[in-house]
Amino acid sequence: MSTLTLAVRDSSTMVRRQLKRLIRYPSMTVQLVVTPAILLLVFVYVLGGTLGNGLGGGGGGRDAYVNYIVPGILLMAAATAATGTAVMVATDMTEGIIARFRTMRIYRASVLTGHVVASVIQQLLGMIVLIVIALVIGFRPNATAIEWLATAGLLTLFAIAITWLSVALGLKSPTPEAASNAPMPLVLLPFLGSGFVPTDSMPTVLRWFAEYQPFTPIMETIRGLLLGTPIGNSAAIALAWCVGLTAVSYLWAKNTFNKA
Amino acid sequence: MTNLAIAANGLRKSYGDKVVLDGIDLAVPEATIFSLLGPNGAGKTTTVQILSTLIAADGGTAAVGGHDLARKPDDVRGAIGVTGQYSAVDKLLTGEENLLLMADLKHLSRRDGKRKAAELLERFDLLDAARKPAATYSGGMQRRLDLAMTLVGDPRLIFLDEPTTGLDPRSRRSMWQIVRELVASGVTIFLTTQYLEEADELADRIALLDHGRLIAEGTPEELKRLIPGGHIELTFADTHLLDAARHLLGTGIADPQALTLQVPSDGGVRAIRELLVVLDEHSIDIADLSVHTPDLDDVFLTLTGQHKETTR
Ligand SMILES: Nc1ncnc2c1ncn2[C@@H]1O[C@H](COP(=O)(O)OP(=O)(O)OP(=O)(O)O)[C@@H](O)[C@H]1O
Ligand SMILES: [Mg+2]
Repeated sequence: MSTLTLAVRDSSTMVRRQLKRLIRYPSMTVQLVVTPAILLLVFVYVLGGTLGNGLGGGGGGRDAYVNYIVPGILLMAAATAATGTAVMVATDMTEGIIARFRTMRIYRASVLTGHVVASVIQQLLGMIVLIVIALVIGFRPNATAIEWLATAGLLTLFAIAITWLSVALGLKSPTPEAASNAPMPLVLLPFLGSGFVPTDSMPTVLRWFAEYQPFTPIMETIRGLLLGTPIGNSAAIALAWCVGLTAVSYLWAKNTFNKA
Repeated sequence: MTNLAIAANGLRKSYGDKVVLDGIDLAVPEATIFSLLGPNGAGKTTTVQILSTLIAADGGTAAVGGHDLARKPDDVRGAIGVTGQYSAVDKLLTGEENLLLMADLKHLSRRDGKRKAAELLERFDLLDAARKPAATYSGGMQRRLDLAMTLVGDPRLIFLDEPTTGLDPRSRRSMWQIVRELVASGVTIFLTTQYLEEADELADRIALLDHGRLIAEGTPEELKRLIPGGHIELTFADTHLLDAARHLLGTGIADPQALTLQVPSDGGVRAIRELLVVLDEHSIDIADLSVHTPDLDDVFLTLTGQHKETTR
């Protein structure tokens, strides 16, 4: 069997393993939808009236805010899931089955690929649920089919990048508890970017950070695709971040796994 | 000369300052059971981990299943099956799913995989629990599932690291039975244990590992003969014969109550024959005779000068 066929076959075996585990223990998946959903509802219904008026342009108010917040909530959902993935990976590494895999003639990285693909599928399903909730409470995108596809593509790339990163963090963590803290900053990044309020409302230092961190161009691109706001060079920067982060995290994770 | 399933030379391993393996040589012929016997911390698991490609040795060379360990680790992996000391099942999956996972990773066709899984569930008495998550299994069941998973790809060389530690006597016997069946079908078994009885019961050859060194190696009988303490126990019909024998032989511990005489001996056939000839020449009839070769516990005591801490 060629290396590529071996890699594909073993990886898909590992994806099936991981999906079975996720389906059997759905609490993690549920939490991954519930947390951002609650946040969505709180922000829209409690803060949305006021925050929406501050957006400037358009109608303002709650309706404007639902539209504004969706990209941030989607990324937040992915970041929350990443925390879960890091814990999953760290827990998995303490299990004897990993030692068994290491004594078998299989494509090594397939263990990690299994985690990543399953987690990305889980995140995309979660995002669909969140978009449906948003639509119910007044989200009104004006995207064409192509723009929806582009959105799905970018969200997938983002999910892949952040999941490889959390796999690496999970592998680096000495314990599952430590792994649950490592990706925490990722959950905060939508707040420290253009996820919940426009960056030009922030103090200088924070604004500088918000404009250059990876989540902002991704959120701006999605906002542009779904609502027709200007995208500018955000799309290119967003793609570069996703691809770069994936490459670095993948190599980091693979090396860490092989060394252990 | 038979082929060697494992040939190791001068294996060494240290963790920091601590020398865990200090030059281990091993030669395990195909289709035999080789037992590495040693107390806690002797380095048994470390040896298995090195030979099964889990960790790299600091020094020494080894060929496992005919493949060089350092240069062709993937070929070694293709030739072996490993049941480690600690449970290596996916506890979130069911027993059946665990076996099918192994079948997929061994690249069996779906049909062959299903057939193999069904066969192993049956053979390891796991049919009733096949659809339950492995987390709900008892220790003995997990151990059986663990071994069943190892057997999925029909490996010709199997490492078993303390396969019966923590099992009740009945489960232990059934594990022994499985091991014997495997060897009968031509599989080579490398087994570690801290139970002298287990090595004695199963192994064709035993190596005694202590503090990272092999202190003795041989068949169970050879090892037992290595040390003094063996004797032949003669039983007589009356005290008269007992005294006569005691005088004739000039040695031995007599027990007038039980009418027995313990004569120091290595317990070999030759020694027994000589003893019988002498007694016969003097018309001293014996009622019974039994040979006590020292058990492996005595071997350990003699060779290391200390009692093995068994944790039974
Ligand atoms: N990763 C490690 N780091 C440091 N020391 C280790 C490591 N692994 C093993 N050791 C040490 O190496 C020695 C041998 O360990 P090993 O697990 O091989 O013993 P063992 O014969 O299998 O013992 P047991 O019967 O308890 O399983 C022990 O003193 C142990 O503390
Ligand atoms: Mg051990």
